[in-house]
Amino acid sequence: QRAGSQNVTVYFIFSFILARGGPHLANPPTVIVMVGLPARGKTYISRKLTRYLNWIGIPTKVFNVGEYRREAVKHYSAYDFFKSDNEDAVKIRQQCALAALRDVKNYLTEEEGQVAVFDATNTTRERRDMILEFGAENGFEIFFIESVCDDPNVIACNILEVKVSCPDYQDCNKTDAMDDFKKRIECYRMNYQPLDPDQYDKNLSFIKVIDVGRRFLVNRIQDHIQSRIVYYLMNIHVQPRSIYLCRHGESQQNMQGRLGGDSGLSTRGRKFAGALAEFVEEQNLKDLKVWTSQMRRSIQTAEALNVPYEQWKALNEIDAGLCEEMTYEDVRERFPEEFALRDQDKYYYRYPSGESYQDLVQRVEPVIMEMERQENVLVICHQAVMRCLLAYFLDKSADEMPYLKCPLHTVLKLTPVAYGCKVESISLNVDAVNTHRDRPERGPSILIRRNSVTPLTSPEPNKKPRMEGLDDPIIREVTPAQLTLCSASHTTLALSTQVSHSYCPYIFTA
Amino acid sequence: MNVTEDSTEQCGNSLTRELTQNPLKKIWVPSSTNGLPERHISQRKVCMTNCPTLIVTVGLPARGKTYISKKLTRYLNWIDVPTKEFNVGQYRRECVKIYKSFEFFQPDNEEGLKIRKQCALAALNDVRQFLTDEGGQVAVFDATNTTRERRETIIRFAEQNGFKVFFVESVCEDPDVIAENIVQVKLGSPDYIHCNTEEAVADFMKRIKCYENSYQPLDEELDRDLSFIKIIDVGRRYLVNRVQDHIQSRIVYYLMNIHITPRSIYLCRHGESDLNIKGRIGGDSGLSARGKEFAKALRQFIQSQNIRDLKVWTSQMKRTIQTAEALGVPYEQWKALNEIDAGVCEELMYEEIQQRYPQEFALRDQDKYRYRYPKGESYEDLVQRLEPVIMELERQENVLVICHQAVMRCLLAYFLDKTAEELPYLKCTLHTVLKLTPMAYGCKVESVCLNVDAVNTHRDRPSNVNVLRTTEDALQTVPPHL
Repeated sequence: QRAGSQNVTVYFIFSFILARGGPHLANPPTVIVMVGLPARGKTYISRKLTRYLNWIGIPTKVFNVGEYRREAVKHYSAYDFFKSDNEDAVKIRQQCALAALRDVKNYLTEEEGQVAVFDATNTTRERRDMILEFGAENGFEIFFIESVCDDPNVIACNILEVKVSCPDYQDCNKTDAMDDFKKRIECYRMNYQPLDPDQYDKNLSFIKVIDVGRRFLVNRIQDHIQSRIVYYLMNIHVQPRSIYLCRHGESQQNMQGRLGGDSGLSTRGRKFAGALAEFVEEQNLKDLKVWTSQMRRSIQTAEALNVPYEQWKALNEIDAGLCEEMTYEDVRERFPEEFALRDQDKYYYRYPSGESYQDLVQRVEPVIMEMERQENVLVICHQAVMRCLLAYFLDKSADEMPYLKCPLHTVLKLTPVAYGCKVESISLNVDAVNTHRDRPERGPSILIRRNSVTPLTSPEPNKKPRMEGLDDPIIREVTPAQLTLCSASHTTLALSTQVSHSYCPYIFTA
Repeated sequence: MNVTEDSTEQCGNSLTRELTQNPLKKIWVPSSTNGLPERHISQRKVCMTNCPTLIVTVGLPARGKTYISKKLTRYLNWIDVPTKEFNVGQYRRECVKIYKSFEFFQPDNEEGLKIRKQCALAALNDVRQFLTDEGGQVAVFDATNTTRERRETIIRFAEQNGFKVFFVESVCEDPDVIAENIVQVKLGSPDYIHCNTEEAVADFMKRIKCYENSYQPLDEELDRDLSFIKIIDVGRRYLVNRVQDHIQSRIVYYLMNIHITPRSIYLCRHGESDLNIKGRIGGDSGLSARGKEFAKALRQFIQSQNIRDLKVWTSQMKRTIQTAEALGVPYEQWKALNEIDAGVCEELMYEEIQQRYPQEFALRDQDKYRYRYPKGESYEDLVQRLEPVIMELERQENVLVICHQAVMRCLLAYFLDKTAEELPYLKCTLHTVLKLTPMAYGCKVESVCLNVDAVNTHRDRPSNVNVLRTTEDALQTVPPHL
């Protein structure tokens, strides 16, 4: 039996049955239900949490009822749509919620989803009871995440960042949009029944996030995944900050085209370290934390910065096992099957006596958690590690992760903005070898089974409400009311920030 | 941006300082040119701040405060955060040699109040010494601390000394839970050594009453600027306020994962492997004939234990998986449970290690916990790797973990509160199952030998650990093998 293929085959079988980090197949799927008035960060939390869960290998998807509504009601007129006595609207909104739940069910039962995030206000007991019944009927665990916030500054800030530029308000100016949205919130507030841990909701599993994480109330955590979700929510924050990712300077092994090892910097690598020091100084950051791995080349790079830095073993480069310090040519000659297997599925492939990208994700997860807690951080790491981290921040799938471009001597500056991450790529103009190997052309490949431990990109939010099969197939379009709120001179709102579209497709959702 | 004074000549210079690798831990550090210790690099540890933390328990008697204190202390020490608990009740027992009755605790007993306050202050004094002079990072101040006044005193004390404060309050009104607590830990306390059960219980209930009237629980509004976690009904609900930093976040996560449901944890190694027989370390070999016999014996043992809902965990190495396979039940593979990576020494015999790397071999004997194999791992690395396993073990109920010698030592050290010095020398023999059952404040251990012969793989610390020792001295404690 060939050792290499055995390694992978056995791995596939076992990882299908019971692999650590992924949910057990016997575990019921979970529906996370968001609760809260508009502009409380529900969608922000939904998207971020989904990104995290997918990255650690738990197939998760967001179902945003607002989007279903936008599909159903092509043109948003004014806040009146959300009045509780607007019968037509109430009916449409109910149907949208049901359509979304139907898609949730489909995702969790037919599409191998493990967690669905039901992103809507869900502010009434009636609505939540309906969802609980839906969960009970289908054998889904239900976990509520409620966001409670009464700080007017926070709310105004949210509205400016994500509401004012949303499709609902594309024909309005900022002030009008803000005004309409506030009235929208009032429509909900009257009927808002917060989760009540003492009486009505004392048997439900939920977390109440109060004042953007100042306080949490956690009730009846049932299982591992809920415990991880709570830990994650308690570590994230919304303070503005930037994360800088780069690799160590070019190393001697890099120049020789060798994998791994623990060599020092080449001359050009040292030059990069100096350039990095200048770059960091120019950025003029408050309290920058600098993290390195425990490998010589990343530490040497940090040394040039003349600032305190922390070494993390978890940031060490992927262990290439028996292939350490070989060139790709060597590997192809000595271990041709290994070489082929790696090209076939670079994410899952584990070097003999070494690691896989999947192992890396698990190893690096505590670093991600700590990065969430921190503010300005510069991480000086390695190619595979940087790909893992980048995949987390930019919501890349397991398939894409091993092929992300992380060239030497280039710094990526990530700044959280709206629901995603702005990326700036800064080349420090010091030459280096290219260590990137593109995905080879696919030959006949084995079918990769998407099992529960594959990180997925958070799937495209489902937009189309399934109207077939509803009791009332004909949805009367709400007659567009007069655009009383919007002034004649509609100014299309520019994006509040510039974004590189290739990285962040999700800007408009609310 | 900080610029250290002794490196001004490096500014604007693209050359970087020389790095040397610490021979024991294999950590790269800049070689210090002027003999001064390098201040500005650090290895990632859990507590990265210089600010020690004072954890303060809050709650009526028999609410699990001491249980939480001890468990938390054990966990923090295991993840390498020097922690110590200070139980004011102990100080009181030192002071008032003989406990008479609950009347000592009555709120109008002036003598009693004076003594209790003194004890609290004495404990705080020791806290200060531990955190300031003895290199402690976390102190757990275990007392009722039920009044706002007492808590104010503590907060002022902490401010004066530059400590962060984090409160852990346990609130519980379930009479069954309280009764069970009293039975498990109060009846056996020195206070009640001369009482029978009914007397002890009656007295203790009255003691609780003494505190109840003046109890001011932590309040969402009044205490909104404090950092705390309120644990309600043994973990059914938590209120978490203003977590300040990483260590508090870890503490909260830990507290939210522990439970007190009775259960047992079974730890054992894989069956004897082919490499074990040859006296070689590491590798990924299969079971020997005797190892396979052990696997069968293990199956019988598990069945005889009649365990409800047993989870079985293995590493991703062949020998543990083969062992689990014989059980005929579902099992989960954890890469985190893989044996310590011996790097360049993988699959070598001790004799060969001594021959090829005598200095490494000696360094390992000098500090087996922190020693990292070249291109491999240390016990210290293992603990970090195993922390998620421990966290999940806390969440679970009945679990059987089939792992490896070094890994099992790490897990055992966590459950039995062993120090870093003791950990690498814990005896974890092949073909023996350790059954751990949480009890009172600790863990009961039953060692079950399954009566299948195996080689001994335990190597004690030799008396001579000098790098210049003779081969004979180095190999003095190597166990026999083929």
